[in-house]
Amino acid sequence: MTVDAILFFIVAAGAVASAVLMITGQNPVKSVLFLIVNFFCLAVLYLILHAQFIAIIQILVYAGAIMVLFLFVIMLLNLGTEEKHVDALNMKRSVAVILSCIVLFLILIAIGLPAAGTGGLPASALVNGTVETIGRDLFRQYLLPFEITSLLLLGAMVGVIVLAKKHFE
Amino acid sequence: MDLLTPHLLSIGPLLTLVAVALLVLLLESIITKSEPVSFWTSVAGLLVSIGIAVPGIAVHGSAFGGMLRTGGSANYFSIIFFICALLTIVFSRDYLKKRDSVFGEFYLLILFATVGMVLMAAAADLIIVFLGIELMSICLYVLAGFIRGSVLSNESSLKYFLLGAFATGFLLYGIALLYGSTGSTSITFLTEHFETYASSRLFLAGIGLLIVGLAFKIGAVPFHMWVPDVYQGAPTPVSGFMATGAKAAAFSIIIGLFAQRFVHGVQIGTLLAILAAASMILGNVVAIAQTNVKRMLAYSSIAHAGYMLTGLAAGNAYGRDGILFYLLAYAFMNLGAFGLISFMEQEGEKHLTFDDYAGLGTTKPFLAVLMSVFMFSLAGIPPFAGFFGKYYIFVGAVQADMTWLAIVGVLMSVVSVFYYLRLVMVMYFQDTLIGQTASYSASSAAFVVLAALILLGLGVFPSSLLAIITTLY
Amino acid sequence: MELLIPVIKISVVLGVLLGVVAYTVLVERRVAAAIQNRVGPNRVGWNGLLQPLADVIKLVMKEDIVPKQANRFIHDLAPMISMAIALITFAVIPFGDSITLFGQAIKLQIASVNIGILYILAMTSLGVYGITLSGWSSNSKYSLLGGLRSSAQMLSYELAMGLSVIGVVMIAGSLELDKIVQTQHGWMWNILLQPVGFVTFVVASFAETNRHPFDLPEAEPELVGGYHTEYSGLKFGLFFLAEYTNMVTSSAVITTLFLGGWQIPYIGLAGLPAFWVSILQVLAFCVKVYLLVLFFIIIRWTIPRFRYDQLMNLGWKVMLPLSVLNLLVTGLVILYL
Repeated sequence: MTVDAILFFIVAAGAVASAVLMITGQNPVKSVLFLIVNFFCLAVLYLILHAQFIAIIQILVYAGAIMVLFLFVIMLLNLGTEEKHVDALNMKRSVAVILSCIVLFLILIAIGLPAAGTGGLPASALVNGTVETIGRDLFRQYLLPFEITSLLLLGAMVGVIVLAKKHFE
Repeated sequence: MDLLTPHLLSIGPLLTLVAVALLVLLLESIITKSEPVSFWTSVAGLLVSIGIAVPGIAVHGSAFGGMLRTGGSANYFSIIFFICALLTIVFSRDYLKKRDSVFGEFYLLILFATVGMVLMAAAADLIIVFLGIELMSICLYVLAGFIRGSVLSNESSLKYFLLGAFATGFLLYGIALLYGSTGSTSITFLTEHFETYASSRLFLAGIGLLIVGLAFKIGAVPFHMWVPDVYQGAPTPVSGFMATGAKAAAFSIIIGLFAQRFVHGVQIGTLLAILAAASMILGNVVAIAQTNVKRMLAYSSIAHAGYMLTGLAAGNAYGRDGILFYLLAYAFMNLGAFGLISFMEQEGEKHLTFDDYAGLGTTKPFLAVLMSVFMFSLAGIPPFAGFFGKYYIFVGAVQADMTWLAIVGVLMSVVSVFYYLRLVMVMYFQDTLIGQTASYSASSAAFVVLAALILLGLGVFPSSLLAIITTLY
Repeated sequence: MELLIPVIKISVVLGVLLGVVAYTVLVERRVAAAIQNRVGPNRVGWNGLLQPLADVIKLVMKEDIVPKQANRFIHDLAPMISMAIALITFAVIPFGDSITLFGQAIKLQIASVNIGILYILAMTSLGVYGITLSGWSSNSKYSLLGGLRSSAQMLSYELAMGLSVIGVVMIAGSLELDKIVQTQHGWMWNILLQPVGFVTFVVASFAETNRHPFDLPEAEPELVGGYHTEYSGLKFGLFFLAEYTNMVTSSAVITTLFLGGWQIPYIGLAGLPAFWVSILQVLAFCVKVYLLVLFFIIIRWTIPRFRYDQLMNLGWKVMLPLSVLNLLVTGLVILYL
């Protein structure tokens, strides 16, 4: 096993463990912390794939901004430990677990069987994910989606303000 | 700059609409009493956009390195969306006054949602599809909850948002799997190489998840749970907008993806046929039991998603053209019906049951006649446009050896006649209730009349529209 | 050998950084005293030079008090996060050009990564966790308010900070910090090319380090001690050190981005041997950084604190539009000139 492979398995195990701890945790703040750990593990995985830009953006945007907002809201609402409403959820939860397992199983089968026509990674994805290559793609081939994203954010912003504004004049 | 110019010219309608939306945004922030200005700017902007889109139908092309299709079907759908947005904006002004929520942001959000729809129709790449869907959906979530003082409206918005976000997850996962198995997100590439990848399970899983996401947006069974509650709680014109514009937008993607070659993969044709049959049966049967007019129309919209899916399952040009015809006709008849309901509705979500329409034929004959026209058209009774839409779709199904589906469709149409005509019957053959009022402005009335006339025109001369539709793809 | 050089570099940088930080505390107290016409700490050692040592011993010996209702684990974790983030930001800062020692060219930078600026922004954005979590875990209203203020403040100013850096990136054409320094040769310092960017970045740095006049998370008159109200002993000391480390690191970042980093204008004309040039450049870097640290300190003792709404107004209605405008102008100038 190469160093990369060893690192991958360690970090991947960390990612899975933190994800499980996140959804099983009772305390919302701890869940947020585990999610941040999870994001860090993902960032390292991106680094192993030579996608430095995505890795750092993962930390900058998700761990650094979005999760801070999560934490802010949790603190503002002063959420305590989640009350257990087991009776209503138990049945649904077991069904959900079974269904999730089936989906996981199917996906594993799908990945495990290399069927005809599976293309593999395109050449562009194999080039290292530096800022330069991503920037070039973003402003040439993906110029339009990039611009539309700004429109999307603008629309979302207007929507949020409409919903949250206290008094209209 | 010079490189961009031809691209920018070819997406004229989209650009015009974006410019209008940004203009309204600016006006909203600069002017103090901005609502009338925003209203007229939006209306004028939409009319101009329609004017720009019409001549473009004859031209076929692509822009931005294969990210967008231009002209042809993209423009046809754009026109449908513009019409939906126009009618919605006109109707909603009276309605919002009643609900004490007249704010210019409403028009802005409608315009943004329309931009998203246009992108969906023009998309030649799944990334654009995703961005368009998100732009449209986020605006619709907010529009559904626009009446902030109303519990039902809030519930509608929240339900739509939670389930919609979930459905978007499916869609995105599907796109990721498609990219993983083919290395491309281009719709052109996917449709051309469908047979090559059809044996790849990863690819099929991606297609399946994509269908789940889109079926949610069109409200097909079994992804229809949100439709009645959301349509009932949302501001009435917005419900109409969701039922027509949003549905047409989702269909534009499904047609772009599946109508060309995909259906030859047998599984998908069958899958769509099952979705179609389930939607038609459930929508029509449950609609019978409704007492609330908005809920009745919600279930009817599920049924209509089923009719249109029938045309898609058929997988031939007949079926496809039938859907295109039907989507335009549906925009007029459904928005017309929702518009009339919004005229009748009174404060606090009142006057929405069938009983409230009793005797409308004698007290308000004008509204009653129009409502009857829309109900007849929705039921698919000639000479209104709704009939021909269904006709083409069912013929398509028969030609594709899916006679059973056509039979289900026809039977269910007969069922639907029951509840559509019940409203007509209540209006003309029951005694008047006291306190029946309707409030509407002259412009709204004019647009309703126009919608009814167009329905009649399309019903009498369907071939003129059909001649255009056959050149779209 | 390959591993040895980085380890030595890290140890030296960490040692110097911590030493500087410890003495910055003393400097701050002496400067404050001078501004307020007092004497300041001058008893421990010659002119109080051993004061930092005495402080450290005091903090270590003190009892570590954790409130009964606090979340023990996170309460312990928070100061560590603060300190760790403050320290690791320094990893990408070039404090000199390469130097030749024992026949080997050594780059005077711990890690030269091609996303240097993004790394700094990411670490800055993570810094908020220490404060926010300490505020939450203490289970005290003053701490919570401090934590809330801090997270909102950091998010608001991060935008302006990120946007004001982009002008510099556009000029340098790279995100690598040593490339950015290299483009600032001669008098081409970015403070001259990007005056607006410099001002917005410095103001945002003040906000991000929670220094006066943006120290609302620990505003004494309202919040007792803010986020660290419930901390004592070494854990309080860590917060204290983290604040000063952040100050030094921010000064280093500002120096690198806007003040030419280790560049000494036209030193190549002096004809000095390469080795001495490198040494002088490192010294120049240190001097620049320390002048900025003094600036931080003087600001603290001369300007009153913002009110919270003023802070938010400044962040969203002044800083953000200003940095966007700066970006636009920079883009136009680069495109058409």
